[in-house]
Amino acid sequence: MTTPSPVTAPNAPGRRLRARSGRAPWILVLPALAAVAFLVLPFAGLLISAPWPDMGQRLREPDVLSALWLSLVTATVATVVSVLFGVPLAWLLARAEFPGRRFVRALVTVPLVIPPVVGGVALLIVLGRNGILGSHLDAWFGLTIPFTTAAVVMAQVFVAMPFLVISVEGSLRGADRRYEEAAATLGASRATVFTRVTLPMVLPGIGAGAVLCWARALGEFGATITFAGNFPGSTQTMPLAVYMAMQRDPEAAIVLSLVLLLVSLAVLVTLREKWVNT
Amino acid sequence: MRETGPRAPVLAPLAAAAFLLLAATACVGDGSDEQDAREDRSELSGELDVFAAASLTDVFEDLAEEFEAQNPDVDVVLNFAGSSELAVQINSGAPADVFAAADTVTMEQVADDLGLDPDWAADHSEDGALFATNTLRIAVPPDNPAGVETFGDLAGDGVDTAFCAEEVPCGAAATAAMEGSGTDITPVTYEEDVRAVLTKVELGEVDAGLVYTTDVVSAGDRVEGLAFPEAEAGEALNDYPIGVLSGAQEPEAAQAWVDLVLSGTGTAILEEAGFGTP
Amino acid sequence: MGSYLDADLRLSRGDFTLDARLGAERGEILALLGPNGAGKSSALRALAGLVPLAAGHVRVDGHDETTTAVEGRPIGMVFQDYLLFPHMSALDNVAFGPRCQGAGKTEARRRAGSLLERMGLVEHAGARPGSLSGGQAQRVALARALAVQPRLLLLDEPMAALDASTRVEVRARLRHWLEEFDGATVLVTHDPLDAMVLADRIAVIEHGGGGEQGTPAEVARRPRTPYVARLVGLNLFRGNAEGTTVTLEAGAEGKAATVRLPEPASGPALVAFPPRAVALYAEPPHGSPRNVWRVYVDGVERFGDQVRVHLAGPPDLAADVSPAAVAELGLVRGKTVWAGVKAAEVESYGT
Repeated sequence: MTTPSPVTAPNAPGRRLRARSGRAPWILVLPALAAVAFLVLPFAGLLISAPWPDMGQRLREPDVLSALWLSLVTATVATVVSVLFGVPLAWLLARAEFPGRRFVRALVTVPLVIPPVVGGVALLIVLGRNGILGSHLDAWFGLTIPFTTAAVVMAQVFVAMPFLVISVEGSLRGADRRYEEAAATLGASRATVFTRVTLPMVLPGIGAGAVLCWARALGEFGATITFAGNFPGSTQTMPLAVYMAMQRDPEAAIVLSLVLLLVSLAVLVTLREKWVNT
Repeated sequence: MRETGPRAPVLAPLAAAAFLLLAATACVGDGSDEQDAREDRSELSGELDVFAAASLTDVFEDLAEEFEAQNPDVDVVLNFAGSSELAVQINSGAPADVFAAADTVTMEQVADDLGLDPDWAADHSEDGALFATNTLRIAVPPDNPAGVETFGDLAGDGVDTAFCAEEVPCGAAATAAMEGSGTDITPVTYEEDVRAVLTKVELGEVDAGLVYTTDVVSAGDRVEGLAFPEAEAGEALNDYPIGVLSGAQEPEAAQAWVDLVLSGTGTAILEEAGFGTP
Repeated sequence: MGSYLDADLRLSRGDFTLDARLGAERGEILALLGPNGAGKSSALRALAGLVPLAAGHVRVDGHDETTTAVEGRPIGMVFQDYLLFPHMSALDNVAFGPRCQGAGKTEARRRAGSLLERMGLVEHAGARPGSLSGGQAQRVALARALAVQPRLLLLDEPMAALDASTRVEVRARLRHWLEEFDGATVLVTHDPLDAMVLADRIAVIEHGGGGEQGTPAEVARRPRTPYVARLVGLNLFRGNAEGTTVTLEAGAEGKAATVRLPEPASGPALVAFPPRAVALYAEPPHGSPRNVWRVYVDGVERFGDQVRVHLAGPPDLAADVSPAAVAELGLVRGKTVWAGVKAAEVESYGT
């Protein structure tokens, strides 16, 4: 009973070692700082060159407020639509076995790589007044989509939904499928498994995808101006207003850009807080 | 001949030095007769940076071929963009020898110290030499579905019209035409530029669009252009000014370019493209 | 086999094949024992319907469930790391099954609540799985599986996710709950101790095939493969505990050995430790807190890279040592050695 135990090691060296390994290596820190600088400097430039003295007056212009409101509403509606259609699509891509799945996945990402303006033209060709589907909508229901707020939402969904689909598909692939098996052994149908187990478990992924989707929709320009046109109040979103202002008054464009940036930052930070806290 | 975007203004001090040197030699050339001048011209060399409104693309590309044939040692670099965008580029220090804008207002937007070379302006024109005019036309799809015949028809119910945004010259001209004639037209969209208006007309998404004569010519038989008297009213008519800039690195070549544009050859090519000439 | 559970499991995946016949009576606990990768878990998943059979059948209580979908089978399953739904409270986890079976929300929660109460988890009903200890999580998982009132209970390595210090207690509790269950239980384990303590019958699964089956005593008595021999070569004794000392039942010569325990206990007890926990010495070791017995070598057998030494006592022991140790100690039949086992390596159970 008197044998000393030689296994016990003093604590101090271990702690020191841990402290050293906790410091980030410079090979990561330097590029990271450069990246932050590159991403933040243009924003700082906008702040510096903004016409601060008459900022308040510029912000009260009715066109600014209506463009901001239209942007927030359409981006939110576009995100909701993307979630409603994109989550089932992501599930099919992640879980279902069907011929041509790889091909479908590649197709889904097409809007990410084609220039948005081309996307807008493509939407016109399909859904425009003389479009492949649009002409029938016009003839049968008297429905024309271009130059309406609905067209703004469609253009945003077109460019932004792939972000959501890719993000949610990734979460679905990363999710532990054994939980779904556990639910099945408890008698859950496939639909119940999806709504009560799969969906809650990939909720963070859906949230992240929705944020990306919303941000992309908010900044959408090319497809919107091509497909929905530019009319104050109904189709002129903030990015369009910024572009138009740029033609005549670059300072006004800076003001509008700052407003868009600050509002979207505020929304994103709030959402993030909410998710982190739950 | 090359086309390029603006480059970093590193060469600005060099350009200034070169300009002084060339200005000195130019003084020596003063008083030489026509024959000498022509010989001088053929000895021109270097790189000539021409900034021109996008609507001049076809015309200036033809002229550049002509110019390079006459002056084999000169490399003409063409930079096409919207007039106001070019003005922003020049104000930011982009190296430019010649600026040809789509309206006189834009020419005035170039900052004083970067604008027209004062010596050149004194000899030629304070606001640049007017070398072309462009009038509005009503562009309709070839089958003219809404049966548009006059400018007043565009104000009618059930006629969807696309305008350029007021911030760009073709939009300003449309507003001038409305104000000049007391016609009140509400378009369904204010497009970001004249190309976008043409696209909407070509696709049949709108019944009519207001574009320039030159655009109708370049669109061939994809659209039909209707001339209307209101387009001749005062400010609805676009004047194209051209001039040699203060920062010109090759002022002699620049002057030669301006001369070519104003020459019979230039006029013929401009008229062929649908421009009016003064 | 006309038993309550009658399964003939044949399936193949890549180069893995499983071919096993399993049976268990109502109220019986069948342990599938075997090395990792032998196909135990595949057999369990096949019983659950999570992997399809290539051939064979699964009958439970006279009903053929071979082609029934997972959600329709009369089963309850406890997974290796329990797989409690992380976004639901313990209560909702248990109520999930009854809800899926059509019970109303209130009724499902009432049933879940009473199950948790019986398992002594009332105060944890509202807790998220992440905040439960391993033993608590296992009980919630068991309650969740029992809440669907299964006729066949499937347990996949129920002890694997627990740390050694809680195992003994949790194993004893688990046995208690399983004894109350009136259907058949199939338990997968790679730990012979689990199988010996928990199961009424053991089926050894090796290389995808069902080998020996029988009561733990039958399987231990006549091991037919080295794997089984080593697996069941557990040093298991019966005795009477008082404080931290257990006096073992007297052997053939009438002498009684004692074993020191890590924790105090009292009354009749089972004492167990694996052969690898036994160290051999040429001279009596001094000073360390271990059980030391003077024994002599009864036989030496080689298993793979280890040597199993049978020792005559009391107590009669098996020890696993390295070939180098055999040479160093000169372990030949009849040689006297001292066998030592640390008290911490000894497990005991009330009987």
